Amino acid sequence: MHLTQGTFSYLPPLTDEEIAAQVRYCLTRGWSLNLEFTDDPHPRNVYWEMWGLPMFDLQDPAAVLHELQRCRQAHPDKYIKLSAFDRSKGRQTTTLSFIVQRPPEEPGFRLDRLEYADRQIKYTIYPYATDEPAGKRYRH
Amino acid sequence: MAVTDEARHDSRWAAGVIPYKEMGYWRPDYEPKDTDILCAFRITPQPGVEPEEAAAAVAGESSTATWTVVWTDRLTAYEDYQAKAYRVMEVPGSPGQYIAFIAYDLDLFEEGSIANLASSIIGNVFGFKALKALRLEDMRIPTHYVKTFQGPPHGIVMEREHLNKYGRPLLGATVKPKLGLSARNYGRVVYEALRGGLDFVKDDENTNSQPFMRWRDRYLFCMDAVNRAMAETGEVKGHYLNVTAATMEDMYERAEFAKQLGSVIIMVDLTCGYTALQSMARWARRNGVILHLHRASHSTFTRQKAHGISFRVLAKWCRLIGVDHLHAGTVVGKLEGDPANVSGYYDILRLDRIPADPARGIYFDQEWASMPGVMPVASGGIHAGQMHQLVSLLGEDVVLQFGGGTIGHPMGIAAGATANRVAVEAMIQARNEGRDIWVEGPEILERAARWCLPLRQALDVWRDVTYDFESTDTPDVLVTLTY
Repeated sequence: MHLTQGTFSYLPPLTDEEIAAQVRYCLTRGWSLNLEFTDDPHPRNVYWEMWGLPMFDLQDPAAVLHELQRCRQAHPDKYIKLSAFDRSKGRQTTTLSFIVQRPPEEPGFRLDRLEYADRQIKYTIYPYATDEPAGKRYRH
Repeated sequence: MAVTDEARHDSRWAAGVIPYKEMGYWRPDYEPKDTDILCAFRITPQPGVEPEEAAAAVAGESSTATWTVVWTDRLTAYEDYQAKAYRVMEVPGSPGQYIAFIAYDLDLFEEGSIANLASSIIGNVFGFKALKALRLEDMRIPTHYVKTFQGPPHGIVMEREHLNKYGRPLLGATVKPKLGLSARNYGRVVYEALRGGLDFVKDDENTNSQPFMRWRDRYLFCMDAVNRAMAETGEVKGHYLNVTAATMEDMYERAEFAKQLGSVIIMVDLTCGYTALQSMARWARRNGVILHLHRASHSTFTRQKAHGISFRVLAKWCRLIGVDHLHAGTVVGKLEGDPANVSGYYDILRLDRIPADPARGIYFDQEWASMPGVMPVASGGIHAGQMHQLVSLLGEDVVLQFGGGTIGHPMGIAAGATANRVAVEAMIQARNEGRDIWVEGPEILERAARWCLPLRQALDVWRDVTYDFESTDTPDVLVTLTY
């Protein structure tokens, strides 16, 4: 299974140079970069773990890449995404977000159906990874 | 001097018919107030009717006037309630046509009611005999009036945060054929398109509840498809379930059912009427469901340049009414859309402050006072091979809907969806890297097509499809405008 969250998930994985080019685009627009990681990629899991604070003061793509490298070393088996944040009035939200690391294997999701009445079904999406407790997922 | 004044006074109030100009509806000295609603009308007076009189007649007939003098006006502060035509300009290159600027006092309008705004300004006057044709080109909605409307239930920012999708156009498709599929087969199209990479699939405007597919059955199958595709991709997906129906009770019933099934979005047609739309906007805000509006029927009154209402006015009304999505043109696709006009519509829907720009048909500054933006939807005859043009012209806060351009793919619906998704991601990546996608677009797509077979095939099938027809509705550049 290939998780397709994020802006560039249908492209071949971005190289570090390609990631740096996206970072440069964000920085020239005054956006802050932010790294987050998780071992629970449920589509509704909004709050991935933050790799420190958003990098409000980093202006050099190389410095952002360095942080990404450190995050990858600390969490080699997890999803990592790089997001840009625009604090300007009327936006004040994420403006770009893409996955920059995936676990070696992505087990995907199970769709659970609860059939109740009049042919209606309640759906729940269950990430197979969460069969394991947090911290023990994607270990090989 | 007193005598002259008295004489004028007498003629103004003497029983009978006098020109509108002399009743106070032509006021070239009037300075519009910040709180006034301003309108720019394109007027085509009948032969022999001077443009100032025609403008005054429009002002009169869309405010306090009737055809004859009535003494009961004198029981009111009529100077305030009279609309004031304050400027008339010739339209260059269109003999016999004029733009008339008219100011309306805020007190003429009920707070938060598009029905009232529309009844006042376009209620009677469009059938007025002294005019051959009349078109409402633009309207300045003062922030004092803006603030009496709910506006979009969620807006662009909240929609993206809800869907967890940023930095690229969203992708959709309308299920085809729009008539005749059984509910089960219909859901198949939804599933394939979503698992292949689209964010949304959509009912069409006339997909309501017909003998071959009743609404409840469609909703059940579609939501199974949506949830299956979410599990398949790990992404939030949606299908615009059309709740358009004969009565509000039916619409609420359908909307409630869509919500119960977990749909993130519903849709409604413009044909329901402004009041129904405002009711659905409230429902959507209250229930956390995104509201998509299909502008079905708008071309009957927006397309002809001399008569009707410009779509830019309708776009403003829709932002006030409160919809999250509105079809606003593609420029390159099969439906009417002059590039300059369409870019104006997109700004009106998305930005907080839009300066007057006659070259794009925008006659007035418009401020939305932080009212959330509406996501424009580009739909109708577009395909992956145009991605560089679509991203250049329309930006990234837009839903690009490829109906035939997904479902007609030779390898199947999912492959069609993948081709579109790869094309949009490759184009955004290239744009962000600083490449000139307008020029280099075809090469960027060719490069992606080397590793993406579905894109290769999409480009081959639709390579030469374009719709190069002259637009019917184009802006006229007027001389400098202050108001």
